[in-house]
Amino acid sequence: METNHHTTQQTEKEKNPNLEKISGIKMKSIGVLMTCPMHKYLEQQLETHFNLFKLWHCNSSITEFLKTHQGNTIRAVVGNTEIGADAELIASLPSLEIVASYSVGLDKIDLRKCEEKGIRVANTPDVLTDDVADLAIGLILGVLRGICASDAYVRIGKWKDADFGLATKFSGKSVGIVGLGRIGTAIAKRAEAFGCSISYFSRSQKPFANYKFYSNIIDLATSCQILIVACALTEETRHIINREVIDALGPKGILINIGRGAHVDETELVSALLEGRLGGAGLDVYENEPDVPEELLGLGNVVLQPHVGSDTVETSDAMADLVISNLKAHFSKKSLLTPVI
Amino acid sequence: MASYANQECFQSNDDLPIVLLHRLPSFNSPLKDILQPHFHLLDPADSPEPASSFLSCHAKSVRALICIYNTPLSAETLNLLPSLELIVAASAGVDHIDLEECRCRGIIMTNASTAFAEDAADHAVALLIDVCRRISTGDRFVRAGLWPVKRDCSLGFKMGRKRVGIVGLGRIGFEVGKRLEAFGCSIAYNSRKKKPSVPFSYHANVLDLAEDSDALILCCSLTEQTHHIINKDVLEALGKEGVIINVGRGALIDEKVLVQFLLRGDIGGAGLDVFENEPDVPRELFELDNVVLSPHRAIFTSESLEALHELVFTNLKAFFSNKPLQSVFQIE
Repeated sequence: METNHHTTQQTEKEKNPNLEKISGIKMKSIGVLMTCPMHKYLEQQLETHFNLFKLWHCNSSITEFLKTHQGNTIRAVVGNTEIGADAELIASLPSLEIVASYSVGLDKIDLRKCEEKGIRVANTPDVLTDDVADLAIGLILGVLRGICASDAYVRIGKWKDADFGLATKFSGKSVGIVGLGRIGTAIAKRAEAFGCSISYFSRSQKPFANYKFYSNIIDLATSCQILIVACALTEETRHIINREVIDALGPKGILINIGRGAHVDETELVSALLEGRLGGAGLDVYENEPDVPEELLGLGNVVLQPHVGSDTVETSDAMADLVISNLKAHFSKKSLLTPVI
Repeated sequence: MASYANQECFQSNDDLPIVLLHRLPSFNSPLKDILQPHFHLLDPADSPEPASSFLSCHAKSVRALICIYNTPLSAETLNLLPSLELIVAASAGVDHIDLEECRCRGIIMTNASTAFAEDAADHAVALLIDVCRRISTGDRFVRAGLWPVKRDCSLGFKMGRKRVGIVGLGRIGFEVGKRLEAFGCSIAYNSRKKKPSVPFSYHANVLDLAEDSDALILCCSLTEQTHHIINKDVLEALGKEGVIINVGRGALIDEKVLVQFLLRGDIGGAGLDVFENEPDVPRELFELDNVVLSPHRAIFTSESLEALHELVFTNLKAFFSNKPLQSVFQIE
């Protein structure tokens, strides 16, 4: 049997020596819509392999754009955390077969609509896990040890006048993680190396995890000094960090958000920081990016990042490669590498 | 609660063991108040008498001395203390103390390594993550209101899984290695001696270590041998994408050369807690986004200071009771 299969394959190859070249040309005619600028390398790759349409070149409405640019030839959408594929966009693309997200988060994709219409969805898990976890630890250290604040202190020449002041130790502190998925687990592993005690809140207890489980997020916040949001954004987790949780974390507590801005009631967060009811915060995400509450810009006990969790040269390229691979797999009728639906 | 706070003291000052507080007049340490109930403290900086005359008159029988932070302790001063047996250095580094004189006299020295090691290691890791991931740069970007305008901040570089080379595998270096392993980094080191019990690979010299590393982390003490141990050759070996982190002493690095390498883009970045002429920092570094500057504060947390006070108190008590000391510094 194996020999026959092998012979059959060889015969096919003999018949079509330019098999790859032909499928490459075929793919070049496939319309792919990129929703916004995300990564130059990804854009270049999409342009090389497919017929790329750029939504941000649209001066009129999306519908007009798609009429002019042959929306019905678009068979794939590449979105990200800024602009994904909502119901409106999906409805305006009658030939849409796959949404390949340049992100692991799926909150900007109407998954229900995709399922209804049999549209495949792929994302970029795993390749970015380490970078996001590294940033979470970087934010904790940035806040507790005042790294960014003291860097600014030196750059404006203040060190000549006086020393910066005492910081707070990180090693040995209690860490609470909201969401013990891939990223939450990676964060826990790193924090353990600093001698931190780890506890978590999740939809359900994870049998493989050797950490203390809390079924109630208030109890988690009460028990820990550093609370890290690392879960997916869903209806249930929107504003999961509210006033009650913030008060439970307390004036010596710090909040780290590497999830989504909407996980945190931002108004409550800002007032807690201004009133000293919360010790500090490290934020990579906000409710209305790229707008950051002005009140935070002058605070010394916060570290603010412009949604860069996976923004390293290495990971951006790896994510781009994964998007391309998923698209190629789909259009070659092969299995998706990282399917969601 | 700190152990010294629990100890009651009924002895009069005359019966208390004498301890000399060696400090620059500007160094006001809480240690004085903490130790006063338990020891007869001599504080020349508090006296109108010049230090040398004070010591000659009052300190001949002094057996123990506390050196506050990096107050210089010279052979000249040590010569005025013929009965000195113990120096308790309230600092991690001891390069401000005449070690040769101590060695000749057989004076025991303790430092604050055990109190400070974790904080110093945390700080080194913090600087490495910040330099690679451009955290301070991103923070400046947001605070300057540039995010809505420019949309994208420049990309950082993956910090995890880097090959890390630790220069000086003492207590601090070991704690750094332990932490970075959890980020998937491979750890190698150079030290005066190979440490067989340690799970990291040893390199006989810093140049070889630099060749094999993506990031060098300096955790060693400053001695004649380690002065400018990071020079042009080492930086070249580290390479254009290499990162250097210094939580040791400024003079471990040839600073002028480092600045040139950074300005020319011949090295990937630097996270510096110490400089050759503190608090002066080369102004050229202020414009760079691949540099993180820290005003010599790797160990300045409230927790480490409390640990230091506890350690100093415990060691002095132990010394005067002929009990074993902690954090003894081996003078070689």
